[in-house]
Amino acid sequence: MLLIECPYCNEARPEVEFQYAGEAHITRPAGASTDAQWADYLYVRSNSRGLHYERWRHTHGCARFFNAARDTLTDRISNTYQAGQARESGGRKIL
Amino acid sequence: MSQDFRLAHGGRVNRAQPLQFSFDDRALQGLAGDTLASALLANGVHFVGRSFKYHRPRGIVAAGADEPNALVQVRRDAARDTPNLRATQLELYDGLAALSQNCWPSLAVDFTAVNGLIAPLLSAGFYYKTFMGPRWLGVTRTWSKFCEPVIRRAAGLGQVPDEPDPDIYLNRYAHCDVLVIGAGPAGIAAALSASATGANVILCDEQSELGGSLLAENRVRIDGTSAASWMERSLAKLAAAGVRLLPRTTAFGYHAYNFFALAERLSDHLDDCTPGVPRERLWQVRAREAVIATGAIERPLVFPHNDRPGIMLADAARTYLNRYAVRPGARVTVTTACDSAYRAALDLVDVGVEVAALCDTREHPPEHLVEEARKANVPVFAGTIVTRTRGRPRLRGISTASRTANGEFASGPSFDCDTLLMSGGWTPSVHLFSQSRGRVTWDAEREAYIPGESVQHERSAGACRGLTELDAIIADGYRTGDQAAQLAGCNPSRESRSQMKFASIAGGSTEVVHNTSNDSSGQVIGLTGGNDRPTCRSAKVELASSYAGGLLGTVSDAPDAKTKSFVDFQNDVSVSDLELAVREGFHSIEHVKRYTTVGMATDQGKSSNLNALAIVARAAKRTIPEVGLTTFRQPYTPVTFGTLAGAARGDLLDPLRCPPSHFWALARGAVFEDVGSWRRARCFPGAGEDISTTIARECRTVRSAVGLFDASTLGKIEVVGPDAAVFLERMYINRFQKLEPGRCRYGVLLNDAGFVIDDGVIGRIAPDRFHVTTTTGGAGHVLHRMEDYLQTEWPDLDVWLTSTTEQWATFAVQGPSARSVLMDVFPELDISAEALPHMGVREFTIDGICVRIFAISFSGEVGFEINVPASYAGALWNTLEKATVKVHGCIYGTDVMHVLRAEKGYVIVGQDTDGTITADDIGLGRMIARDKSDFVGKRALELEEMSRADRRQLVGLLTEDPAVVLEEGAQITTAPDPRTGTSALGFVSSSYFSPTLGRSIALALVSGGRGRVGERVFVPMPKESIAVKVAEPVFYDPKGERLSV
Repeated sequence: MLLIECPYCNEARPEVEFQYAGEAHITRPAGASTDAQWADYLYVRSNSRGLHYERWRHTHGCARFFNAARDTLTDRISNTYQAGQARESGGRKIL
Repeated sequence: MSQDFRLAHGGRVNRAQPLQFSFDDRALQGLAGDTLASALLANGVHFVGRSFKYHRPRGIVAAGADEPNALVQVRRDAARDTPNLRATQLELYDGLAALSQNCWPSLAVDFTAVNGLIAPLLSAGFYYKTFMGPRWLGVTRTWSKFCEPVIRRAAGLGQVPDEPDPDIYLNRYAHCDVLVIGAGPAGIAAALSASATGANVILCDEQSELGGSLLAENRVRIDGTSAASWMERSLAKLAAAGVRLLPRTTAFGYHAYNFFALAERLSDHLDDCTPGVPRERLWQVRAREAVIATGAIERPLVFPHNDRPGIMLADAARTYLNRYAVRPGARVTVTTACDSAYRAALDLVDVGVEVAALCDTREHPPEHLVEEARKANVPVFAGTIVTRTRGRPRLRGISTASRTANGEFASGPSFDCDTLLMSGGWTPSVHLFSQSRGRVTWDAEREAYIPGESVQHERSAGACRGLTELDAIIADGYRTGDQAAQLAGCNPSRESRSQMKFASIAGGSTEVVHNTSNDSSGQVIGLTGGNDRPTCRSAKVELASSYAGGLLGTVSDAPDAKTKSFVDFQNDVSVSDLELAVREGFHSIEHVKRYTTVGMATDQGKSSNLNALAIVARAAKRTIPEVGLTTFRQPYTPVTFGTLAGAARGDLLDPLRCPPSHFWALARGAVFEDVGSWRRARCFPGAGEDISTTIARECRTVRSAVGLFDASTLGKIEVVGPDAAVFLERMYINRFQKLEPGRCRYGVLLNDAGFVIDDGVIGRIAPDRFHVTTTTGGAGHVLHRMEDYLQTEWPDLDVWLTSTTEQWATFAVQGPSARSVLMDVFPELDISAEALPHMGVREFTIDGICVRIFAISFSGEVGFEINVPASYAGALWNTLEKATVKVHGCIYGTDVMHVLRAEKGYVIVGQDTDGTITADDIGLGRMIARDKSDFVGKRALELEEMSRADRRQLVGLLTEDPAVVLEEGAQITTAPDPRTGTSALGFVSSSYFSPTLGRSIALALVSGGRGRVGERVFVPMPKESIAVKVAEPVFYDPKGERLSV
């Protein structure tokens, strides 16, 4: 069972408190968009082998959505940071 | 029967406490402290089982978890009847009744042993070759129909009990600084040095006693004292230091982030199962750091007929001798490729057992060992292998061959013996390391796979990383225990450890621990510390025997080494099976494993994997690392389902949610259905009524008088804040900013792909407060989705979302008399049509209790939904029920709710939609506020695809024969008997018999359906094709006149 550091609670908690919420940094097109852009937003995902930026929700804790950088090969989460932060900004580095 | 093979003295058994037990109904006696295996051997019983495939007689081979043969069924009663227990790990208790397995009619006379005679037909890949079926037989199905039942009957080990498991299983979570797995010399030393830092330590071991290999040591001196007293002193020290000691506890799983699963056996070793005493406990342990000290497993040697009862592992024999005071036989021979078997031979000689010969496959065994053996009058034959064994069932003698001066084997002397001890060397137990996702590395010098670089917070200590000398093993334990504690943040010089968090486990350490460091010298490494810490962390070890040396697979040029040379005893896989697999083109060890079933038995190849690997490597002309190693998976040893399930069985498997009227409904004899996690009443049959009569009565009563329905399962979300209306406008297709407080609106929720995912009535309680309802099944995901958009798309909106599903009980009163029922129940309130018109909502306070009444209908009649705090639900239900009955109304359930709504063409999201249906498809297009700048799903509706004329649209279906009720899910076609492959126009989504209309009705999603109204289409069923007419989806009161009565 993963241990996930919630960047709002600032505490590592077991995976059962969280809910996975898909790939992170997918921007919902604001204003005019082409059909292709909208389809990309809806359906196209990176499906990374290795480092993957993804969203989690601390459903059974603070209920906030946040982002995590997880290696899909090792399941190791190197970093979690608050929603809205750039992936480089990184919030709190754990690795 | 007396225990002829029990020694008069020694061992850790209690001679003052004899125990009665039986094996295959034969009464025998053992001692407290015995395992079933040691007690059987004390009585001279070696032959305990038959092999899986050939039903060959098999004996006890090992003394621990690696035992492949001695699997027994233990029956306590009809429900506690456990198959496949390893006799070597089964603690003896008074009255234990064990049965042999896999033989019929008895162990001695087993007719199925005929398989042994047709062995050539049962070669590698037998199952695959058989089930594919030879082509000349034509129909493969017939072949497997004939074969499979026969094989199924012959296959399988043991019998499962017929009755449910009556035992109690516990579950416990634990956290610790250091978890030490294995309480042998390395594990004890690790726990000692870890606990000396003040660390919180758990030490677990699968055996009944902690001590591991030290339990069978009779000679070694550690720090000037015997192994037993060093062990006892150390364990006392650990207990005093507060270390949690867990014997009978198998660490069977190593998960991500240092999460361990341990199975603790609590009462299987007791002679009575007192009700209420739990059987096993699952420990789920999150350890900051772990020390794996799981030791090594002795490998059998592979030679012809190496599977007769009486042939056992040398160190197992030594364990039986020293720990259980049992001689393995009267006249013993030894075949070895490893140093440790010499000690076994010498210990046997010490108690007066004759050792007729010690054959060492090595041409130059260590001279001091040969010398010691000679002194004890054990003849040593170097460069000598066993070529044949004889005796049935028990071993009676062996033949040997020795390497001559020209390097070839020539037949050597034969020996009569009843016991042959073998040792092919030691395989480090890397199971848990491998489960941690660490990669094992091949150590060419030791010829063993040992743990490579750690990927989690663990390190291996002692024999499980290839160490073979006791002083090095103990020093390794001390070193790793200390290192683990330091990395866990434990250091006596530091006062507070409170700032340490599990973040270190979560994120991984920057420090990479190399398990491969060849620190086997016993040197003390980097130890400095507080005054109270011992500065010396090595042990003075004298008279220890070496565990070095070994042979993988077979001696390459051994004469005729393939006939019945078993590699995997439990699955009967021999050298020739493995070689056949390689010849047939299987070169990956993972494929060979599955094809031959080597290593796939209940022992998971603990003793066979490395031998198989070496044999496959040689046959494929590759090196062992090139062939690779199969993956170790949990569990390390079999775990009961009870342990894994814990309390989560029966009613506790899946929590059941019941609406407030549940117990009333139960008392009324309602018929129930499970809807998601809810249990809801379908209908309330009166005396002598069947379900269809009940539905007809309840339907008519609601339409003519009034009905009361428990709608508490509806999802409820309180949306509050200055931007609440703006937020709902962005979530739903509808408008809410101009909705007046005191009014409700039916809302439709799309996803961003434009499809309907939920609906419900939304009432504006106040300018900044909405009471949102969702479908019963949608409560969770709708809130989740709302939170998602609120937190990540529109964090600027000032809105709070609160789930209130459990807080509000909701009762629907529907029917022409609904308003009078409410007036009766709430005489103090103004429930007039002016005060509370259709689609109005009012919040009242009655005696300090908040009540929200919605004037809404899901039946087509005048209706109300009354929300009260759940704690007042019972009182309100009783009052409403009396008032309803008083005006000749009834209580109705979900069945009638469905019929009433279908008569009105009201959809149920998830039943009349399937995730590809738009609001327009179900006739709600006019609700979409297209001029809003944005709402969830808006952009997708602009896609061409979303407005195609042939989209599936909601329509009604009327069967030509009004008595025929269509099946929900049935396909709809234009032709009565379409060709196979014709695509359907759509499908029936809801179908009922309507008592109101006296005929069947159905809702359906049909391609271009609205343009087909009046058309005749078909619903082809297996027996007949049903002709139906496409109709408008509203069957009753299409103008909605009844709503304003």
